[in-house]
Amino acid sequence: MHLLLAATVPDALTFAVAAAISVIGALGVVLSRNPVHSALMLIMTLFGVAVLFVEENAQFLAAVQVIVYAGAIVVLFLFVIMLLGVDRSEALASEPMPAQRWLALVLGILGCAEVILLARGKWPVGAHSVSGVANPPHTANVTVLGRSVFTTYLLPFEITSALLVIAVIGAVVLARRPRGPEGEAPASGTGSEQAAGEGGGAGAPERGAGAGLAPAELAPQPEPGGTVLEEEERVSVAQRPDQ
Amino acid sequence: MSVPGDFYLTLSAVLFTIGAIGLLVRRNVLVMFMCVELMLNAANLAFVTFARELDDVGGQTAVFFVLVVAAAEVVVGLGIIVAIFRRRVGATADDIHVLKG
Repeated sequence: MHLLLAATVPDALTFAVAAAISVIGALGVVLSRNPVHSALMLIMTLFGVAVLFVEENAQFLAAVQVIVYAGAIVVLFLFVIMLLGVDRSEALASEPMPAQRWLALVLGILGCAEVILLARGKWPVGAHSVSGVANPPHTANVTVLGRSVFTTYLLPFEITSALLVIAVIGAVVLARRPRGPEGEAPASGTGSEQAAGEGGGAGAPERGAGAGLAPAELAPQPEPGGTVLEEEERVSVAQRPDQ
Repeated sequence: MSVPGDFYLTLSAVLFTIGAIGLLVRRNVLVMFMCVELMLNAANLAFVTFARELDDVGGQTAVFFVLVVAAAEVVVGLGIIVAIFRRRVGATADDIHVLKG
């Protein structure tokens, strides 16, 4: 603690507050029952770490941390949570591995103690400034980082672009609705759609005969990503009372 | 004089441990994924701390790449999660046991 007091008061205060925010947010991620609360707590942790980045003279990374993590990744998490509707709580009564929690806790605390012990001691120090000085005088952090990325680490940077393209293609392939006989729609979704189709089809004869409406208009609106197969199925279900 | 690196590394270890314990304890797949992000952030904090201690910008560059890889990982991982939950209703990782012997 005397080392922390050796720092100037604003630095020490900033570190203490940001560290507290980060740890509270991290605990909130783990302990929240609601996934939405977990995501919001994750944003809190990310902001705390961003403040620590600024404190360590990594201003560009702090900005990227807030923009990419809090702005894009956590929003993606929230989108998926809303999309899946995972707001039901976990079934805590049925624990498949009863000892898992305590083992995880003991293992985690042991690992943490070990790393803290290592951090307290002297860590090996190699040659200074292999890829450029981090904070030269009269030069911005962005300049140094950009020079490093585009000279020393140019090849990894290019590979990164390929990785991003692959990730985008993978996401598109995964998110595509499966089509074809082997890739049927999920059982639950098909059941509800059929139920809705039969409900619409029950009142079909008089309306279909009287107003001359096409059966397809009586059927529920197909989903934007619906396949041709599903649409034909719906039309046949709606026409069933006529036959 | 700024805060010495020991404190940052200790904080990084604590954050990483919380993330690891959460990954082992929680059974909601999305929360488990968030815990992975937490661990990545702890590693980033350690990287930036070493970059400051050794006065070498390479650590910050590593964080840059970790951010990109994390973004790609989240995109693909969430795609997989959506693809899994589209065909089954269970919300926990224990419901996905097709490969169990």
